[in-house]
Amino acid sequence: MADHKEKDEITGIDTTGHDWDGIKELNNPLPRWWLWTLYATIVWAIAYTIAYPAWPLINSATGGVLGYSTRGEVADQIAAVDAQNAEVAQRLASADLSTLAPDDPAHRYGVAGGASVFLSHCSQCHGSGAAGAVGYPNLLDDDWLWGGTLEDIEYTVRHGIRNEADPDARWSQMPAFGELLEGEEIAATVEHVLTLSGKDHDAALAAQGAILFEEQCAACHGEAGEGMRDQGAPRLSDAIWLYGGDRDTLTKTITYSRFGVMPPWGPRLDEAEIKAVTLYLHQLGGGE
Amino acid sequence: MADNPKNFGSAKGGNLAAAAGNPAGATAQGAFLNRHAMIERSPTLLFILSLLVVSIGGIVEIAPLFYLENTIEEVEGMRPYSPLELAGRDIYVREGCYVCHSQMIRPMRDEVERYGHYSLAAESMYDHPHQWGSKRTGPDLARVGGRYSDAWHVDHLNDPQSVVPESIMPKYAFLGRTPIQGKRIEDLLRTHRFVGVPYTEDMIENAVSDFRAQGDPESDWDALVERYPGAVVANFDGQPELTEMDALIAYLQMLGTLVDFSTFTPDANR
Repeated sequence: MADHKEKDEITGIDTTGHDWDGIKELNNPLPRWWLWTLYATIVWAIAYTIAYPAWPLINSATGGVLGYSTRGEVADQIAAVDAQNAEVAQRLASADLSTLAPDDPAHRYGVAGGASVFLSHCSQCHGSGAAGAVGYPNLLDDDWLWGGTLEDIEYTVRHGIRNEADPDARWSQMPAFGELLEGEEIAATVEHVLTLSGKDHDAALAAQGAILFEEQCAACHGEAGEGMRDQGAPRLSDAIWLYGGDRDTLTKTITYSRFGVMPPWGPRLDEAEIKAVTLYLHQLGGGE
Repeated sequence: MADNPKNFGSAKGGNLAAAAGNPAGATAQGAFLNRHAMIERSPTLLFILSLLVVSIGGIVEIAPLFYLENTIEEVEGMRPYSPLELAGRDIYVREGCYVCHSQMIRPMRDEVERYGHYSLAAESMYDHPHQWGSKRTGPDLARVGGRYSDAWHVDHLNDPQSVVPESIMPKYAFLGRTPIQGKRIEDLLRTHRFVGVPYTEDMIENAVSDFRAQGDPESDWDALVERYPGAVVANFDGQPELTEMDALIAYLQMLGTLVDFSTFTPDANR
Protein backbone atom coordinates (compact mmCIF):
# COMPACT_ATOMS: atom_id res chain seq x y z
CA MET A 1 0.00 0.00 0.00
CA ALA A 2 2.92 2.25 0.65
CA ASP A 3 3.23 3.00 -2.94
CA HIS A 4 1.68 6.41 -3.28
CA LYS A 5 3.93 8.51 -1.12
CA GLU A 6 3.22 12.17 -1.40
CA LYS A 7 3.62 15.38 0.51
CA ASP A 8 0.66 16.60 2.47
CA GLU A 9 -0.09 20.04 1.17
CA ILE A 10 -1.15 21.64 4.44
CA THR A 11 1.56 20.38 6.80
CA GLY A 12 4.28 19.74 4.27
CA ILE A 13 4.90 16.30 5.80
CA ASP A 14 5.19 13.08 3.82
CA THR A 15 2.27 10.71 4.01
CA THR A 16 2.74 7.02 4.58
CA GLY A 17 1.12 6.34 1.28
CA HIS A 18 -1.75 4.54 3.00
CA ASP A 19 -5.10 5.67 1.84
CA TRP A 20 -8.39 4.59 3.36
CA ASP A 21 -11.33 5.98 1.48
CA GLY A 22 -9.51 9.21 0.97
CA ILE A 23 -8.09 9.46 4.48
CA LYS A 24 -4.33 9.62 4.50
CA GLU A 25 -1.82 9.18 7.28
CA LEU A 26 1.04 11.59 7.97
CA ASN A 27 4.40 9.91 8.32
CA ASN A 28 5.65 11.82 11.37
CA PRO A 29 8.86 10.48 12.87
CA LEU A 30 8.65 8.89 16.32
CA PRO A 31 9.32 11.38 19.14
CA ARG A 32 13.01 11.37 19.78
CA TRP A 33 12.67 10.86 23.58
CA TRP A 34 10.51 7.82 22.91
CA LEU A 35 12.92 6.35 20.41
CA TRP A 36 15.91 6.77 22.72
CA THR A 37 13.97 5.26 25.61
CA LEU A 38 13.30 2.26 23.42
CA TYR A 39 16.98 1.94 22.54
CA ALA A 40 17.89 2.32 26.21
CA THR A 41 15.56 -0.52 27.23
CA ILE A 42 17.13 -2.75 24.59
CA VAL A 43 20.60 -1.97 25.89
CA TRP A 44 19.37 -2.49 29.46
CA ALA A 45 17.87 -5.87 28.56
CA ILE A 46 21.09 -7.08 26.97
CA ALA A 47 23.18 -5.85 29.90
CA TYR A 48 20.73 -7.46 32.31
CA THR A 49 21.05 -10.85 30.67
CA ILE A 50 24.83 -10.53 30.93
CA ALA A 51 24.72 -9.49 34.58
CA TYR A 52 22.16 -12.06 35.71
CA PRO A 53 21.57 -15.74 34.90
CA ALA A 54 19.79 -15.88 31.58
CA TRP A 55 20.97 -17.46 28.35
CA PRO A 56 20.55 -21.20 27.89
CA LEU A 57 23.68 -22.87 26.50
CA ILE A 58 24.43 -26.47 25.62
CA ASN A 59 24.48 -28.02 29.10
CA SER A 60 23.65 -25.20 31.44
CA ALA A 61 22.68 -21.57 31.40
CA THR A 62 24.86 -18.49 31.78
CA GLY A 63 25.36 -17.64 35.41
CA GLY A 64 25.65 -13.88 35.04
CA VAL A 65 28.72 -11.84 35.85
CA LEU A 66 27.26 -10.59 39.15
CA GLY A 67 27.11 -14.15 40.47
CA TYR A 68 23.53 -13.73 41.64
CA SER A 69 21.38 -16.72 42.56
CA THR A 70 18.00 -16.82 44.29
CA ARG A 71 19.30 -19.63 46.48
CA GLY A 72 22.36 -17.64 47.41
CA GLU A 73 20.17 -14.67 48.21
CA VAL A 74 17.85 -16.55 50.55
CA ALA A 75 20.85 -18.15 52.26
CA ASP A 76 22.40 -14.70 52.69
CA GLN A 77 19.19 -13.23 54.07
CA ILE A 78 18.79 -16.02 56.58
CA ALA A 79 22.44 -15.74 57.56
CA ALA A 80 22.07 -11.99 58.00
CA VAL A 81 19.13 -12.35 60.38
CA ASP A 82 20.85 -15.20 62.21
CA ALA A 83 23.93 -13.02 62.59
CA GLN A 84 21.84 -10.20 64.03
CA ASN A 85 20.40 -12.52 66.64
CA ALA A 86 23.45 -14.72 66.99
CA GLU A 87 24.54 -13.49 70.37
CA VAL A 88 21.20 -13.64 72.13
CA ALA A 89 20.11 -16.83 70.34
CA GLN A 90 23.35 -18.53 71.30
CA ARG A 91 22.86 -17.41 74.87
CA LEU A 92 19.34 -18.80 74.87
CA ALA A 93 20.33 -22.07 73.18
CA SER A 94 22.97 -22.81 75.78
CA ALA A 95 21.03 -21.46 78.76
CA ASP A 96 19.63 -23.49 81.59
CA LEU A 97 16.06 -22.28 81.34
CA SER A 98 15.22 -22.84 84.98
CA THR A 99 17.88 -20.37 86.10
CA LEU A 100 17.42 -17.86 83.31
CA ALA A 101 16.29 -14.59 84.90
CA PRO A 102 13.09 -13.10 83.45
CA ASP A 103 14.86 -9.82 82.78
CA ASP A 104 17.68 -11.53 80.93
CA PRO A 105 17.73 -10.44 77.27
CA ALA A 106 17.75 -14.09 76.26
CA HIS A 107 14.57 -14.66 78.26
CA ARG A 108 12.81 -11.72 76.66
CA TYR A 109 14.02 -12.82 73.24
CA GLY A 110 12.75 -16.32 73.93
CA VAL A 111 9.27 -15.28 74.99
CA ALA A 112 8.85 -12.94 72.02
CA GLY A 113 10.40 -15.33 69.51
CA GLY A 114 8.58 -18.28 71.04
CA ALA A 115 5.27 -16.59 70.26
CA SER A 116 6.24 -16.57 66.56
CA VAL A 117 7.38 -20.17 66.68
CA PHE A 118 4.10 -21.09 68.34
CA LEU A 119 2.01 -19.35 65.70
CA SER A 120 3.89 -20.97 62.82
CA HIS A 121 4.14 -24.49 64.15
CA CYS A 122 1.85 -25.13 67.11
CA SER A 123 -1.26 -23.02 66.66
CA GLN A 124 -2.85 -25.36 64.10
CA CYS A 125 -3.55 -27.87 66.88
CA HIS A 126 -3.33 -25.86 70.09
CA GLY A 127 -5.09 -22.79 68.72
CA SER A 128 -3.58 -19.40 67.94
CA GLY A 129 -4.26 -18.34 71.52
CA ALA A 130 -3.00 -21.67 72.91
CA ALA A 131 -6.46 -22.50 74.28
CA GLY A 132 -6.46 -25.86 72.52
CA ALA A 133 -9.38 -27.70 70.95
CA VAL A 134 -11.16 -30.96 71.57
CA GLY A 135 -8.35 -33.52 71.67
CA TYR A 136 -5.61 -30.87 71.67
CA PRO A 137 -4.68 -29.65 75.14
CA ASN A 138 -5.21 -26.13 76.37
CA LEU A 139 -1.79 -24.75 77.24
CA LEU A 140 -3.04 -21.76 79.19
CA ASP A 141 -4.19 -23.60 82.29
CA ASP A 142 -2.21 -25.39 85.00
CA ASP A 143 -3.54 -28.83 84.13
CA TRP A 144 -0.60 -30.59 82.50
CA LEU A 145 -0.72 -34.10 81.11
CA TRP A 146 3.04 -34.66 80.98
CA GLY A 147 4.24 -31.92 83.29
CA GLY A 148 4.45 -28.16 83.18
CA THR A 149 7.96 -27.40 84.31
CA LEU A 150 10.32 -25.82 81.82
CA GLU A 151 12.16 -29.10 81.55
CA ASP A 152 8.96 -31.09 80.94
CA ILE A 153 7.69 -28.66 78.32
CA GLU A 154 11.02 -28.60 76.52
CA TYR A 155 11.11 -32.41 76.41
CA THR A 156 7.58 -32.59 75.03
CA VAL A 157 8.30 -29.99 72.36
CA ARG A 158 11.52 -31.69 71.34
CA HIS A 159 10.33 -35.29 71.22
CA GLY A 160 6.58 -35.08 70.91
CA ILE A 161 4.03 -37.56 72.11
CA ARG A 162 3.21 -41.06 70.83
CA ASN A 163 4.81 -40.49 67.44
CA GLU A 164 6.74 -43.06 65.46
CA ALA A 165 9.33 -40.57 64.27
CA ASP A 166 11.16 -40.07 67.57
CA PRO A 167 12.16 -43.07 69.71
CA ASP A 168 12.30 -40.80 72.76
CA ALA A 169 8.77 -39.52 72.30
CA ARG A 170 6.58 -39.55 75.40
CA TRP A 171 4.58 -42.73 75.20
CA SER A 172 1.63 -44.34 76.89
CA GLN A 173 -1.37 -46.17 75.61
CA MET A 174 -4.72 -46.60 77.28
CA PRO A 175 -6.33 -49.93 76.41
CA ALA A 176 -9.56 -49.88 74.44
CA PHE A 177 -11.78 -51.25 77.18
CA GLY A 178 -14.47 -52.14 74.69
CA GLU A 179 -12.42 -55.28 74.10
CA LEU A 180 -11.95 -55.99 77.82
CA LEU A 181 -15.18 -55.02 79.56
CA GLU A 182 -18.86 -55.56 78.96
CA GLY A 183 -21.09 -52.66 77.99
CA GLU A 184 -22.68 -52.49 81.46
CA GLU A 185 -19.29 -52.51 83.09
CA ILE A 186 -18.19 -49.57 80.98
CA ALA A 187 -21.42 -47.74 81.82
CA ALA A 188 -20.77 -48.34 85.52
CA THR A 189 -17.18 -47.11 85.20
CA VAL A 190 -18.43 -43.99 83.46
CA GLU A 191 -20.74 -43.27 86.41
CA HIS A 192 -17.82 -43.63 88.81
CA VAL A 193 -15.65 -41.30 86.72
CA LEU A 194 -18.49 -38.76 86.87
CA THR A 195 -18.38 -38.90 90.68
CA LEU A 196 -14.67 -38.06 90.67
CA SER A 197 -15.30 -34.58 89.38
CA GLY A 198 -18.52 -34.18 91.34
CA LYS A 199 -20.93 -34.47 88.44
CA ASP A 200 -24.47 -35.84 88.48
CA HIS A 201 -24.34 -39.61 88.47
CA ASP A 202 -26.21 -42.81 89.22
CA ALA A 203 -25.01 -43.73 92.71
CA ALA A 204 -25.75 -47.47 92.49
CA LEU A 205 -23.96 -47.87 89.17
CA ALA A 206 -21.11 -45.69 90.37
CA ALA A 207 -20.56 -48.00 93.34
CA GLN A 208 -20.12 -50.91 90.94
CA GLY A 209 -17.94 -48.78 88.76
CA ALA A 210 -15.69 -47.87 91.69
CA ILE A 211 -14.53 -51.48 91.92
CA LEU A 212 -13.86 -51.66 88.20
CA PHE A 213 -12.09 -48.33 88.30
CA GLU A 214 -9.78 -49.53 91.02
CA GLU A 215 -9.00 -52.71 89.11
CA GLN A 216 -8.62 -51.26 85.64
CA CYS A 217 -7.98 -47.53 85.81
CA ALA A 218 -6.42 -46.56 89.13
CA ALA A 219 -2.97 -47.82 88.19
CA CYS A 220 -2.56 -44.90 85.82
CA HIS A 221 -5.27 -42.42 86.74
CA GLY A 222 -4.85 -42.83 90.54
CA GLU A 223 -7.42 -44.10 93.01
CA ALA A 224 -9.04 -40.71 93.35
CA GLY A 225 -8.54 -39.94 89.67
CA GLU A 226 -5.69 -37.57 90.38
CA GLY A 227 -3.87 -38.65 87.22
CA MET A 228 -0.24 -39.57 86.70
CA ARG A 229 2.13 -37.46 84.71
CA ASP A 230 4.70 -40.20 84.07
CA GLN A 231 2.02 -41.93 82.04
CA GLY A 232 0.43 -38.81 80.65
CA ALA A 233 -2.71 -40.07 82.37
CA PRO A 234 -5.11 -37.16 82.76
CA ARG A 235 -6.46 -36.05 86.10
CA LEU A 236 -10.14 -37.10 86.20
CA SER A 237 -11.09 -35.23 89.33
CA ASP A 238 -11.16 -31.74 87.87
CA ALA A 239 -13.40 -29.91 85.44
CA ILE A 240 -10.84 -29.93 82.62
CA TRP A 241 -11.45 -32.50 79.89
CA LEU A 242 -9.42 -33.10 76.79
CA TYR A 243 -12.10 -34.95 74.84
CA GLY A 244 -15.14 -34.14 76.99
CA GLY A 245 -16.46 -35.12 80.39
CA ASP A 246 -20.06 -35.94 79.52
CA ARG A 247 -21.50 -39.43 79.67
CA ASP A 248 -21.37 -40.10 75.92
CA THR A 249 -17.82 -38.90 75.43
CA LEU A 250 -16.57 -40.80 78.47
CA THR A 251 -18.21 -43.97 77.19
CA LYS A 252 -16.51 -43.49 73.85
CA THR A 253 -13.17 -42.74 75.49
CA ILE A 254 -13.28 -45.85 77.66
CA THR A 255 -14.59 -48.09 74.89
CA TYR A 256 -12.20 -47.08 72.12
CA SER A 257 -9.44 -45.35 74.08
CA ARG A 258 -7.69 -42.21 72.87
CA PHE A 259 -4.31 -41.89 71.30
CA GLY A 260 -3.34 -38.25 70.91
CA VAL A 261 -0.18 -37.80 68.85
CA MET A 262 2.15 -34.84 68.82
CA PRO A 263 4.99 -34.73 66.27
CA PRO A 264 8.56 -34.22 67.47
CA TRP A 265 9.75 -30.67 66.83
CA GLY A 266 13.42 -31.38 67.45
CA PRO A 267 14.06 -32.11 63.77
CA ARG A 268 12.21 -29.02 62.54
CA LEU A 269 13.18 -26.34 65.06
CA ASP A 270 16.65 -25.31 66.13
CA GLU A 271 17.85 -25.28 69.72
CA ALA A 272 17.06 -21.63 70.34
CA GLU A 273 13.59 -21.99 68.81
CA ILE A 274 12.77 -24.97 71.03
CA LYS A 275 13.86 -23.09 74.13
CA ALA A 276 12.06 -19.98 72.97
CA VAL A 277 8.73 -21.73 72.52
CA THR A 278 9.27 -23.47 75.87
CA LEU A 279 9.70 -20.14 77.61
CA TYR A 280 6.69 -18.74 75.78
CA LEU A 281 4.45 -21.63 76.81
CA HIS A 282 5.71 -21.58 80.37
CA GLN A 283 4.78 -17.96 80.93
CA LEU A 284 1.30 -18.27 79.39
CA GLY A 285 -0.21 -18.93 82.78
CA GLY A 286 0.22 -22.54 83.78
CA GLY A 287 3.99 -22.90 83.96
CA GLU A 288 5.31 -24.66 87.03
CA MET B 1 -4.71 1.97 -5.12
CA ALA B 2 -7.65 1.30 -2.83
CA ASP B 3 -9.84 3.90 -4.38
CA ASN B 4 -11.93 1.07 -5.59
CA PRO B 5 -11.90 -1.81 -3.13
CA LYS B 6 -13.11 -4.18 -5.82
CA ASN B 7 -9.82 -3.75 -7.54
CA PHE B 8 -7.91 -4.81 -4.47
CA GLY B 9 -7.27 -8.40 -5.52
CA SER B 10 -6.31 -7.70 -9.05
CA ALA B 11 -4.31 -4.63 -8.16
CA LYS B 12 -2.20 -6.57 -5.73
CA GLY B 13 0.19 -8.18 -8.16
CA GLY B 14 0.62 -5.02 -10.10
CA ASN B 15 1.34 -2.95 -7.06
CA LEU B 16 3.91 -5.37 -5.76
CA ALA B 17 5.59 -5.41 -9.09
CA ALA B 18 5.51 -1.67 -9.09
CA ALA B 19 6.99 -1.52 -5.60
CA ALA B 20 9.73 -4.01 -6.29
CA GLY B 21 10.57 -2.87 -9.73
CA ASN B 22 10.08 0.84 -9.30
CA PRO B 23 13.36 2.33 -10.46
CA ALA B 24 12.53 5.52 -8.59
CA GLY B 25 11.81 3.34 -5.49
CA ALA B 26 15.17 4.40 -4.14
CA THR B 27 17.12 2.19 -1.83
CA ALA B 28 17.25 -1.56 -1.35
CA GLN B 29 15.99 -1.05 2.20
CA GLY B 30 12.94 0.63 0.81
CA ALA B 31 12.33 -2.30 -1.44
CA PHE B 32 12.68 -4.71 1.42
CA LEU B 33 10.24 -2.78 3.58
CA ASN B 34 7.82 -2.63 0.72
CA ARG B 35 7.71 -6.39 0.69
CA HIS B 36 5.85 -6.05 3.95
CA ALA B 37 2.82 -5.45 1.81
CA MET B 38 2.95 -9.10 0.92
CA ILE B 39 2.42 -10.03 4.55
CA GLU B 40 -0.22 -7.43 5.11
CA ARG B 41 -2.23 -8.71 2.22
CA SER B 42 -2.12 -12.39 3.00
CA PRO B 43 -3.76 -13.38 6.30
CA THR B 44 -2.37 -16.90 6.02
CA LEU B 45 1.18 -15.69 5.58
CA LEU B 46 0.69 -13.17 8.39
CA PHE B 47 -0.58 -15.93 10.66
CA ILE B 48 2.29 -18.30 9.88
CA LEU B 49 4.96 -15.65 10.33
CA SER B 50 3.37 -14.35 13.59
CA LEU B 51 3.38 -17.90 14.90
CA LEU B 52 7.06 -18.23 14.06
CA VAL B 53 7.91 -14.96 15.80
CA VAL B 54 5.86 -15.73 18.91
CA SER B 55 7.24 -19.26 19.18
CA ILE B 56 10.80 -17.93 19.43
CA GLY B 57 9.98 -16.72 22.93
CA GLY B 58 8.56 -20.11 23.83
CA ILE B 59 11.48 -21.99 22.34
CA VAL B 60 14.07 -19.89 24.13
CA GLU B 61 12.30 -20.11 27.49
CA ILE B 62 10.86 -23.62 27.48
CA ALA B 63 12.96 -25.83 25.24
CA PRO B 64 16.23 -25.55 27.24
CA LEU B 65 14.45 -26.95 30.31
CA PHE B 66 14.17 -30.26 28.49
CA TYR B 67 17.88 -30.65 27.87
CA LEU B 68 19.75 -28.55 30.45
CA GLU B 69 21.43 -30.93 32.86
CA ASN B 70 20.70 -28.88 35.95
CA THR B 71 16.97 -28.37 35.38
CA ILE B 72 16.20 -31.15 37.84
CA GLU B 73 19.09 -31.67 40.20
CA GLU B 74 19.72 -35.12 41.54
CA VAL B 75 18.63 -35.69 45.10
CA GLU B 76 18.52 -38.67 47.43
CA GLY B 77 15.21 -40.12 48.40
CA MET B 78 12.75 -39.16 45.67
CA ARG B 79 10.64 -42.09 44.61
CA PRO B 80 7.38 -42.57 42.71
CA TYR B 81 4.32 -42.24 44.90
CA SER B 82 2.96 -45.40 46.49
CA PRO B 83 -0.41 -46.59 45.16
CA LEU B 84 -2.33 -45.24 48.16
CA GLU B 85 -0.50 -41.91 48.00
CA LEU B 86 -1.16 -41.69 44.28
CA ALA B 87 -4.86 -42.36 44.85
CA GLY B 88 -4.80 -39.67 47.53
CA ARG B 89 -3.16 -37.32 45.08
CA ASP B 90 -5.98 -37.93 42.62
CA ILE B 91 -8.46 -37.01 45.36
CA TYR B 92 -6.40 -33.90 46.10
CA VAL B 93 -6.67 -32.91 42.45
CA ARG B 94 -10.32 -33.91 42.17
CA GLU B 95 -11.33 -31.79 45.13
CA GLY B 96 -9.37 -28.85 43.76
CA CYS B 97 -7.15 -28.48 46.81
CA TYR B 98 -4.65 -26.76 44.52
CA VAL B 99 -7.08 -23.88 44.11
CA CYS B 100 -6.25 -22.70 47.63
CA HIS B 101 -3.06 -24.57 48.51
CA SER B 102 0.21 -24.31 46.65
CA GLN B 103 2.94 -26.94 46.82
CA MET B 104 5.98 -24.86 46.22
CA ILE B 105 8.04 -23.16 48.88
CA ARG B 106 9.80 -20.33 47.12
CA PRO B 107 13.40 -19.48 47.95
CA MET B 108 12.57 -16.54 50.15
CA ARG B 109 13.38 -16.10 53.80
CA ASP B 110 9.82 -15.76 55.07
CA GLU B 111 8.71 -18.90 53.25
CA VAL B 112 11.70 -20.95 54.29
CA GLU B 113 11.28 -19.87 57.92
CA ARG B 114 7.62 -20.77 57.91
CA TYR B 115 7.38 -23.88 55.75
CA GLY B 116 10.88 -25.34 55.68
CA HIS B 117 13.49 -25.85 52.98
CA TYR B 118 12.55 -24.32 49.64
CA SER B 119 11.11 -26.78 47.15
CA LEU B 120 13.36 -28.49 44.63
CA ALA B 121 12.40 -29.31 41.08
CA ALA B 122 13.08 -32.97 41.82
CA GLU B 123 10.35 -32.97 44.43
CA SER B 124 7.67 -32.56 41.81
CA MET B 125 9.27 -34.61 39.06
CA TYR B 126 6.73 -37.41 39.50
CA ASP B 127 3.80 -35.01 39.57
CA HIS B 128 1.64 -35.18 36.48
CA PRO B 129 0.48 -32.48 36.57
CA HIS B 130 2.50 -30.60 39.17
CA GLN B 131 0.64 -28.98 42.06
CA TRP B 132 2.77 -25.87 42.45
CA GLY B 133 -0.20 -23.54 42.41
CA SER B 134 -0.10 -19.82 42.03
CA LYS B 135 -2.29 -18.66 44.86
CA ARG B 136 -2.47 -19.34 48.56
CA THR B 137 -5.77 -18.96 50.29
CA GLY B 138 -4.57 -21.68 52.62
CA PRO B 139 -0.97 -22.39 53.54
CA ASP B 140 1.57 -24.06 51.30
CA LEU B 141 1.48 -27.84 51.65
CA ALA B 142 4.80 -28.80 50.06
CA ARG B 143 6.19 -29.90 53.45
CA VAL B 144 3.04 -30.65 55.41
CA GLY B 145 4.04 -34.30 55.79
CA GLY B 146 4.68 -35.30 59.40
CA ARG B 147 3.87 -31.84 60.64
CA TYR B 148 0.55 -32.86 62.16
CA SER B 149 -0.78 -36.13 63.49
CA ASP B 150 -3.07 -38.32 61.39
CA ALA B 151 -5.85 -37.64 63.89
CA TRP B 152 -5.39 -33.92 63.36
CA HIS B 153 -5.83 -34.39 59.61
CA VAL B 154 -9.01 -36.37 60.22
CA ASP B 155 -10.39 -33.69 62.56
CA HIS B 156 -9.29 -30.97 60.21
CA LEU B 157 -10.76 -32.53 57.06
CA ASN B 158 -13.99 -33.39 58.85
CA ASP B 159 -14.40 -29.92 60.26
CA PRO B 160 -11.49 -27.53 59.78
CA GLN B 161 -12.96 -24.99 62.18
CA SER B 162 -12.88 -27.50 65.03
CA VAL B 163 -9.11 -27.17 65.20
CA VAL B 164 -8.49 -23.88 63.42
CA PRO B 165 -11.46 -21.64 64.27
CA GLU B 166 -10.29 -18.87 61.94
CA SER B 167 -10.08 -21.22 58.93
CA ILE B 168 -12.36 -20.72 55.93
CA MET B 169 -11.70 -24.17 54.50
CA PRO B 170 -14.78 -26.20 53.59
CA LYS B 171 -15.54 -29.50 55.28
CA TYR B 172 -14.50 -32.75 53.63
CA ALA B 173 -16.12 -35.19 56.04
CA PHE B 174 -17.59 -37.20 53.16
CA LEU B 175 -14.10 -38.49 52.34
CA GLY B 176 -14.24 -40.57 55.51
CA ARG B 177 -17.60 -41.99 54.45
CA THR B 178 -16.45 -42.91 50.95
CA PRO B 179 -14.79 -46.32 50.82
CA ILE B 180 -12.09 -46.77 48.24
CA GLN B 181 -11.21 -50.13 46.76
CA GLY B 182 -8.38 -49.29 44.44
CA LYS B 183 -9.93 -51.23 41.58
CA ARG B 184 -8.20 -49.14 38.95
CA ILE B 185 -4.98 -48.58 40.83
CA GLU B 186 -2.93 -50.72 38.45
CA ASP B 187 -4.19 -48.72 35.50
CA LEU B 188 -3.42 -45.53 37.36
CA LEU B 189 0.19 -46.60 37.87
CA ARG B 190 0.42 -47.64 34.24
CA THR B 191 -0.89 -44.27 33.14
CA HIS B 192 1.73 -42.52 35.21
CA ARG B 193 4.40 -44.80 33.80
CA PHE B 194 3.18 -43.88 30.34
CA VAL B 195 3.92 -40.21 31.05
CA GLY B 196 7.33 -40.97 32.47
CA VAL B 197 7.11 -42.04 36.10
CA PRO B 198 9.48 -44.99 36.57
CA TYR B 199 7.05 -47.53 38.00
CA THR B 200 8.51 -51.01 37.67
CA GLU B 201 6.62 -54.15 36.66
CA ASP B 202 6.98 -55.26 40.27
CA MET B 203 5.30 -52.10 41.51
CA ILE B 204 2.43 -52.44 39.06
CA GLU B 205 1.89 -56.13 39.78
CA ASN B 206 1.70 -55.43 43.50
CA ALA B 207 -0.24 -52.20 43.22
CA VAL B 208 -3.45 -53.55 44.68
CA SER B 209 -1.83 -55.31 47.62
CA ASP B 210 0.42 -52.30 48.32
CA PHE B 211 -2.63 -50.08 48.13
CA ARG B 212 -4.38 -52.06 50.86
CA ALA B 213 -1.28 -52.70 52.96
CA GLN B 214 -0.41 -49.05 53.48
CA GLY B 215 -3.69 -48.35 55.22
CA ASP B 216 -3.41 -51.32 57.54
CA PRO B 217 -0.55 -51.53 60.07
CA GLU B 218 -1.56 -55.13 60.81
CA SER B 219 -0.84 -56.19 57.26
CA ASP B 220 2.40 -57.48 55.84
CA TRP B 221 3.81 -54.22 54.61
CA ASP B 222 7.55 -54.92 54.50
CA ALA B 223 7.56 -55.36 50.73
CA LEU B 224 5.60 -52.12 50.34
CA VAL B 225 8.21 -50.15 52.28
CA GLU B 226 10.96 -51.82 50.31
CA ARG B 227 9.35 -50.76 47.06
CA TYR B 228 8.53 -47.29 48.35
CA PRO B 229 11.15 -46.34 50.95
CA GLY B 230 9.86 -44.04 53.63
CA ALA B 231 6.21 -44.87 53.01
CA VAL B 232 4.23 -44.39 56.21
CA VAL B 233 1.95 -47.30 57.04
CA ALA B 234 -0.95 -46.40 59.30
CA ASN B 235 -4.66 -46.58 59.69
CA PHE B 236 -4.78 -42.94 58.78
CA ASP B 237 -8.44 -42.22 59.40
CA GLY B 238 -8.86 -44.56 62.39
CA GLN B 239 -11.66 -46.53 60.73
CA PRO B 240 -11.35 -50.20 59.86
CA GLU B 241 -12.39 -49.59 56.26
CA LEU B 242 -10.09 -48.06 53.65
CA THR B 243 -11.61 -44.71 52.68
CA GLU B 244 -10.72 -41.75 50.53
CA MET B 245 -9.74 -40.04 53.78
CA ASP B 246 -7.02 -42.70 54.27
CA ALA B 247 -5.68 -42.12 50.77
CA LEU B 248 -5.66 -38.34 51.06
CA ILE B 249 -3.95 -38.34 54.47
CA ALA B 250 -1.39 -40.88 53.24
CA TYR B 251 -0.60 -38.45 50.44
CA LEU B 252 -0.46 -35.40 52.72
CA GLN B 253 1.76 -37.12 55.27
CA MET B 254 4.25 -37.98 52.52
CA LEU B 255 4.47 -34.45 51.09
CA GLY B 256 7.92 -32.98 51.39
CA THR B 257 9.33 -35.84 53.45
CA LEU B 258 11.03 -37.84 50.69
CA VAL B 259 14.17 -35.84 49.94
CA ASP B 260 17.01 -36.51 52.32
CA PHE B 261 18.25 -32.98 52.99
CA SER B 262 21.20 -34.20 55.04
CA THR B 263 22.80 -35.31 51.76
CA PHE B 264 21.71 -32.29 49.77
CA THR B 265 24.10 -29.49 48.85
CA PRO B 266 22.39 -26.70 46.98
CA ASP B 267 23.96 -25.83 43.67
CA ALA B 268 24.04 -22.06 43.84
CA ASN B 269 24.16 -21.69 40.09
CA ARG B 270 20.53 -22.50 39.59
